[in-house]
Amino acid sequence: MRSLFLALAFVVVNLPAAAEEIVLGLSSDQVSINTNFDGSEILVFGAVKRDAPAPDDNSLQVIVTVSGPSEPVTVRRKEKRFGIWVNTDAVEVDRAPSFYAIATSAPLSEALSETEDQRHKISIPRAIRSVGAPMNITDSESFTEALIRIKTRSSQYQLNESTVSVDEETLFRTAIKLPAALTEGDYQTRIFLTRGGAVVSQYDTSIYVRKVGMERWLFTLSRENAFIYGLMSLGIAIAAGWLASAVFTAFRR
Amino acid sequence: MQIYLPIAEVSVNAFLLLGLGGLVGVLSGMFGVGGGFLMTPLLFFIGIPPAVAVATEANQIVASSFSGVLAHFKRKTVDLRMGTVLLIGGLIGAAIGVVVFNYLKAQGQVDLLVKLCYVVFLGVIGGLMFMESLRAIRNTKKGKPPARKKHNWIHGLPFKMRFRVSGLYISVIPPVVVGVAVGILAAIMGVGGGFIMVPAMIYLLGMPTKVVVGTSLFQIIFVTAFTTMLHATTNYTVDVVLAVLLLVGGVIGAQIGTRIGVKMKAEQLRILLAIMVLAVCGKLGLDLLLQPSELYSLGAAGGH
Repeated sequence: MRSLFLALAFVVVNLPAAAEEIVLGLSSDQVSINTNFDGSEILVFGAVKRDAPAPDDNSLQVIVTVSGPSEPVTVRRKEKRFGIWVNTDAVEVDRAPSFYAIATSAPLSEALSETEDQRHKISIPRAIRSVGAPMNITDSESFTEALIRIKTRSSQYQLNESTVSVDEETLFRTAIKLPAALTEGDYQTRIFLTRGGAVVSQYDTSIYVRKVGMERWLFTLSRENAFIYGLMSLGIAIAAGWLASAVFTAFRR
Repeated sequence: MQIYLPIAEVSVNAFLLLGLGGLVGVLSGMFGVGGGFLMTPLLFFIGIPPAVAVATEANQIVASSFSGVLAHFKRKTVDLRMGTVLLIGGLIGAAIGVVVFNYLKAQGQVDLLVKLCYVVFLGVIGGLMFMESLRAIRNTKKGKPPARKKHNWIHGLPFKMRFRVSGLYISVIPPVVVGVAVGILAAIMGVGGGFIMVPAMIYLLGMPTKVVVGTSLFQIIFVTAFTTMLHATTNYTVDVVLAVLLLVGGVIGAQIGTRIGVKMKAEQLRILLAIMVLAVCGKLGLDLLLQPSELYSLGAAGGH
């Protein structure tokens, strides 16, 4: 189930100005979370279609980003007060993707200029939006840095430089690892072609991450029929408790 | 074997959870504590979101307590009358506790309060129990007879009731008060309250240790069932897959624990519980005193 070579969705985006276009394939545009889900790997591959010969002033670079659903996050900082460590300052980050991975064909700073990053919000710090911390906090950057640090440690944020292989300036491929702790949602996938740090072409698609089977059923039940779900949980608990007691009594006889 | 939990939205090792459940189940059966005060921090540690850990833990305690109480029913070591009186107090206390909890949440710093509550109560209870059981063990070694139950002011209160299984004839006021107090603390600290209830029954009410365990379990079933329903319907944080994994280990562990507990002397049981309580207290205390390796933490927005 890991990498199903399913939907080879060939879609051509016609940007009138762009001389180079992306033709994309995904190993799978759907990730199913079932009971034994243990992470997944998505193969992103494609080709560059061009009308004229490739310009040879700057080499072609490819950047692939996969971004999970965004949510607001509170980042708290501990400080020592009266001898014990307590949460003191908190900064709310308005939008932070639950998952964010970047794969590039060259170091990010070479493949992408600062201004283009700002425009397309490609690098991890740009993908997070934080508008203003409370007045009393002067170092709000350290809070977003902490967010990135914690998320990177659990592989929820990944910067994989030089992991996109480009052949003959035409074919490119990379693999994006999705961690086991994955939330549901539409994972926005963007592919950028850059030359000399400037984006020359962009292609957007989505990977659908969905719970299936029992996971789906339980999740829906817990939200829509919470009372029945609660009773079911209690029923299971009581039944298991009784069963264990009965089995142990039987063994003793 | 990795299992994806539908509500917690993380993937965990099934055998690790079975093992944890079993370990806590043994302790639960031995001491009559639900084990929530041990399990909840362990679940945090393996990466289960705190809200899911607390709610699911309540569900698991229902199972292990039920399994344990059945074993105690067979030995006739459950004082149903006392359990019911404590339960009435407990439910009143839990309702008050939820109100207090929400008030403190609005003030911020509820996490700190919960931790301080843990450290103070675990420390005091563990310390007192440790000293007392040590003295009892020494006395038995010297061959002194155990001290007779003293008549104190508690025996002068009205509304007397006979608790035959416990061998007590006391007023219902102290058990109700104990129930209320434990209920309040249980709601604030998010546990069944067994580790407070057990010492309170032994030292405040003067119940025999053997009866205390079964009666405590009986009471815990209802309090945690109530908590489970509350969490399932308001926060949607009960993860039934996680609960099943924990309780399969837990119910088996509880049966084994009950059998170990029966074979042990009351003082030994008490001193072990005291050591365990002190260990958890020490761990939580150190967390507050030592500098954490990561000063920042992430939380869902909208919280305090």
